Amino acid sequence: MTNDNRPLSPFHHYKPQLTSLLSFAHRLSGIALSFSAVGLVYWLMLLADGPVALDRLAILATIPGRIVLAIVSLAFFYHLNNGVRHLFWDLGMGFEISRTYLSGWLVLIVTVLMWAVFWIAISGLPGGQV
Amino acid sequence: MSLRSPLSKVKGLGSAKEGTGHWWMQRVTALALVVLGFWFIISLVAIGDFGYQHTVAWLARPLNAVLLSSFVMTLLYHSKLGVQIVIEDYVSASAWKVGSLLFSVFVHLLLAVTGVFSILRISVGGLS
Repeated sequence: MTNDNRPLSPFHHYKPQLTSLLSFAHRLSGIALSFSAVGLVYWLMLLADGPVALDRLAILATIPGRIVLAIVSLAFFYHLNNGVRHLFWDLGMGFEISRTYLSGWLVLIVTVLMWAVFWIAISGLPGGQV
Repeated sequence: MSLRSPLSKVKGLGSAKEGTGHWWMQRVTALALVVLGFWFIISLVAIGDFGYQHTVAWLARPLNAVLLSSFVMTLLYHSKLGVQIVIEDYVSASAWKVGSLLFSVFVHLLLAVTGVFSILRISVGGLS
């Protein structure tokens, strides 16, 4: 007998904690980046197609386009930093509760810093200055 | 008494017959992406001007073409592994699960081929 309606993990009963929120954010940012990979490949495809085709990316220079790029880059830096945190766990390091909170805050701070530095350092965007 | 053969115990591949292959490759690609990811971000800053001529000239340089191809392939491999886990975790109905897993594999492969082909066309196809 099969039951397709079994209860899933009762995550909505747990009190939100930094550790669980960061874990969820890692998966969410990963999915967002998977979708962003379509954009990256599309950019390369347009570049291979010639200068006229690249004009289609002018939408990225608009406010909604910039917001999407800002979110994608934030997801990128977060997934990168939290991924390094995961790799340290795989080496058996930083498993103590206090350490997981410390590394969690560290990931958040470094992510925001990298994100800010990146946007200050970059002067143009795909399609921004065709 | 166990019904498992001594060979299966020695190989230790588990019921899915894949062992730790998926888990291991996710870490291997993650490690590569730490390096390639930082290179990509620094490159975006270095390109600065994303106009056609300037970007294509940057992409046509051999080292950039090689590293960007590596980045695109590794990224899509890592993405394929991650999306697979998410689908296996959240899609329970068998037909939807198999269907979405197949769809994900095909899309990832297509994206990797398109990305690498585009880079090759720019770098060795005389576009620059």
